[in-house]
Amino acid sequence: MAEVSNREAFIDPLFNNNPISLQVLGICSALAVTTKMSSALVMCLAVIAVTALSNTTISLLRNHIPSSIRIIVQLTVIASLVIIVDQVLQAYVYATAKELSVFVGLIITNCIVMGRAEAFAMQNPPKLAFIDGVANGIGYSIVLMAVAFFRELFGSGSLFGYTILTPVNQGGWYVPNGLMLLAPAAFFLIGCFIWAVRSWKPEQIEEEFHVGALLELSNEGNLR
Amino acid sequence: MEHYLSLATKAIFVENMALAFFLGMCSFLAVSKKVETAIGLGFAVIFVLSITTPLNQMLITVLLKPGALAWAGLPNIDVGFLSFLTLIGTIAAAVQIVEMVLDRYSPELYNALGVFLPLIAVNCAILGASLFMQERDYSLAEATVFGAGSGIGWMLAVVALAAIREKMRYSNVPGPLRGLGITFITVGLMSVGFMAFAGIQL
Repeated sequence: MAEVSNREAFIDPLFNNNPISLQVLGICSALAVTTKMSSALVMCLAVIAVTALSNTTISLLRNHIPSSIRIIVQLTVIASLVIIVDQVLQAYVYATAKELSVFVGLIITNCIVMGRAEAFAMQNPPKLAFIDGVANGIGYSIVLMAVAFFRELFGSGSLFGYTILTPVNQGGWYVPNGLMLLAPAAFFLIGCFIWAVRSWKPEQIEEEFHVGALLELSNEGNLR
Repeated sequence: MEHYLSLATKAIFVENMALAFFLGMCSFLAVSKKVETAIGLGFAVIFVLSITTPLNQMLITVLLKPGALAWAGLPNIDVGFLSFLTLIGTIAAAVQIVEMVLDRYSPELYNALGVFLPLIAVNCAILGASLFMQERDYSLAEATVFGAGSGIGWMLAVVALAAIREKMRYSNVPGPLRGLGITFITVGLMSVGFMAFAGIQL
């Protein structure tokens, strides 16, 4: 880990080790804020800011934190940063902040922030930790924006609030797919996103379900 | 009484933490490989939620609401911006205390829930319940019912998912979809099922 270059620290979390599709971190908030691209964008910026700053802060403090109380120290640092982000959002984009409601606060327990602080910032110098924070934030944002793109385009026929496919009730031709705006669509889209990424990079495939494939091979002669 | 009953039903089914608000997803996906572990974590979540939600409600009333510090002679001070820090601090401390008390007085329960308790401090469902409670301005009794109800709903979802995943081990899932991908799609289908409750008027 000591030899990680700046470039690797930046590129790796984007696709090879994406926080959502591979590390299974931070899904909690990834799904709830993606019905509109504009609220997803604000959420992404907030998460990037918090991961970058918390990684830097914790990396600066890393030699002074006793390991027995490190979780509570990390939580305090992260919670303070989230409070700052929340106050900024309420001051400048009040409507979106209201829309995101509890999910800004939930950045505190977003596993990406905690996970990177624990796994990376505790062992690495501040500059590298900052890059890692930004990159993980962006890796999270790519998935979030992709999901939001499909949900808003097919759910309400618009992008960032601008109408792209004119819906029927406004005299157009497009019948909006209401399911896209509901909770299940987010799960389906993330599932498909993971499917796409893993088809592209087959080394990320999990082998835990291989039992099924093995059974089928060995049973083929007996059963048919 | 009726009010509390409908609040509990709403928290368990209609506004299920995991399937309608996506809260606690990280541990939801990570711990749903076996039914037994899922049940253990489920009970731990119910336990912690029913303690921390009312606790945070009291703290908000006494300390954080605008004008709440009047009892200390400071009626014009609003420390509402500290709420995130207070809520997460309470949760982390409560989890720690629960862990120590269980370890001392009830070793069996500690053995069953012990491994899950540290996980729970950073479970979004716990903080989420407190934040929803704050946003919706629940009273102490409502907060208790809401906390316990959310916990039961979460446990229901995680145990159901674990059971489905145990069965799914015998099916031949396409390679790239194995593991996480198919789990997401399963959760999506469960969420469609739970949407049937959304039509119920309470």
